[in-house]
Amino acid sequence: MTLHVRNPGPLTTVQDRGRPGLAHLGVPRAGPLDRPAADLANRLLGNDPAAAVLELTLGGLELTSDRGVWVVLTGAPAPVEISGTVRRHAHAEWLAAGDVLRIGRPSSGVRSYLAVAGGVDVEPVLGSRSTDTLAWVGPPRVEAGSALPVGDSEGRPAPHDTPRPPAPGPLRVHPGPRADWFAAGALDALCATAYGVGAASNRIGLRLEGPPLERVRTGELASEGMVLGAVQVPPDGRPVVFLADHPPTGGYPVLAVVEPADLWQCAQLRPGETVRFRRA
Amino acid sequence: MRLRPVGPHALLAEVGDARSALGLALWARTAGLGVLEVVPAAETVLFDGVDDPDRLRERLAGWSGEPPAVSRGPVEVPVTYDGDDLDFVADRWGTDVAGVVERHTATGFVSSFCGFAPGFAYLAGLDEQWAVPRLDTPRSRVPVGAVALAGSWCGVYPTASPGGWRVIGRTDVALWDATRAEPALLAPGTPVRFVRA
Repeated sequence: MTLHVRNPGPLTTVQDRGRPGLAHLGVPRAGPLDRPAADLANRLLGNDPAAAVLELTLGGLELTSDRGVWVVLTGAPAPVEISGTVRRHAHAEWLAAGDVLRIGRPSSGVRSYLAVAGGVDVEPVLGSRSTDTLAWVGPPRVEAGSALPVGDSEGRPAPHDTPRPPAPGPLRVHPGPRADWFAAGALDALCATAYGVGAASNRIGLRLEGPPLERVRTGELASEGMVLGAVQVPPDGRPVVFLADHPPTGGYPVLAVVEPADLWQCAQLRPGETVRFRRA
Repeated sequence: MRLRPVGPHALLAEVGDARSALGLALWARTAGLGVLEVVPAAETVLFDGVDDPDRLRERLAGWSGEPPAVSRGPVEVPVTYDGDDLDFVADRWGTDVAGVVERHTATGFVSSFCGFAPGFAYLAGLDEQWAVPRLDTPRSRVPVGAVALAGSWCGVYPTASPGGWRVIGRTDVALWDATRAEPALLAPGTPVRFVRA
């Protein structure tokens, strides 16, 4: 079975659980930015939790299938239409052979997840079907004309238990390894400020705008390993939260690290929206 | 060794230099520490995906500080020495182009760590006295296979990319191939010799 993409929207990529364990070779981990939403999509179809889904950036995807298949959209609530009929968000829907699935622009949030029963079955690269947008390891980004193979599935979807989605709130932060590069109280300043989400934010990092964080040490930090959720502060003092496609090493000091369970929110913040931090 | 917490599931070990970092990272990979990532860098090793940071601290205390064990012969990388910065490097080293080639091919390098791009290895071996500064303005495109120097590091560009290193030559060897069992030719710990193509 194959999905035929007519329009990928602004950016659509294939994502599974990523390829952790290769940072020492310079390979980003990749994987869905909103992991709970991607997991929910697979659960609603009874897929293997490791099945690959499509990550849509501001919707805009249009595709057909050469055979009937169950599909579901989770994450940012974008309108779902199948051959002109409105369908539900976070609900398994039948896409008949030849019908056109259209995902509109979400009313809020940024990233939606489209799962298909059986999972997107593109060829894995280094053990994962995720596309990383920093080094472009993995399958190519989805384009108009892309043909995406779908794995085998059986019968109607049998949803796994579907827990309540996590609630949004301030991003909890732990002190980072280089907090001593900043003025005393820099972590408190981070937590006392409402930051604007910068337009250059992407799968690599959430770029924040606000009063610059003051460094007390100048000079260069020797490049060192970076973790998911690291709040890195370049010389301009404006923090960047490292997301799934972050470079495995970096040379700017890390003031704080975002609690992993809160990172999904970074996937859904739009440029111009505000974000707050609080101590974990 | 100083250990700094990096959030709830990672520790950063500061060991002072790249040689110690490589030694610790190679030991850690064989020691069964139960971590997802072991990432050596210029002065540190990051341990990420750590279930039990206290247990890891105990295990790391058992590292003897031994230098990196190089267990195999060097990977040979044939180079055509025709880079745009050859004359600059020759000038810095107080020699001519032939002198640069001589020193570069006579040096035993070892891959200390990867970064910047998949398969881009920071190769140690040049003495600090031969360190060269980076370009003030990076080139917008350095071709795949470019062999270049920055500080006392040597590197080979696995893909075409912007770059500020001083290019002395080029190789046809594939530094990175995601379809290989070992995708990076010069993974940390790999000894390297450059030879004239």
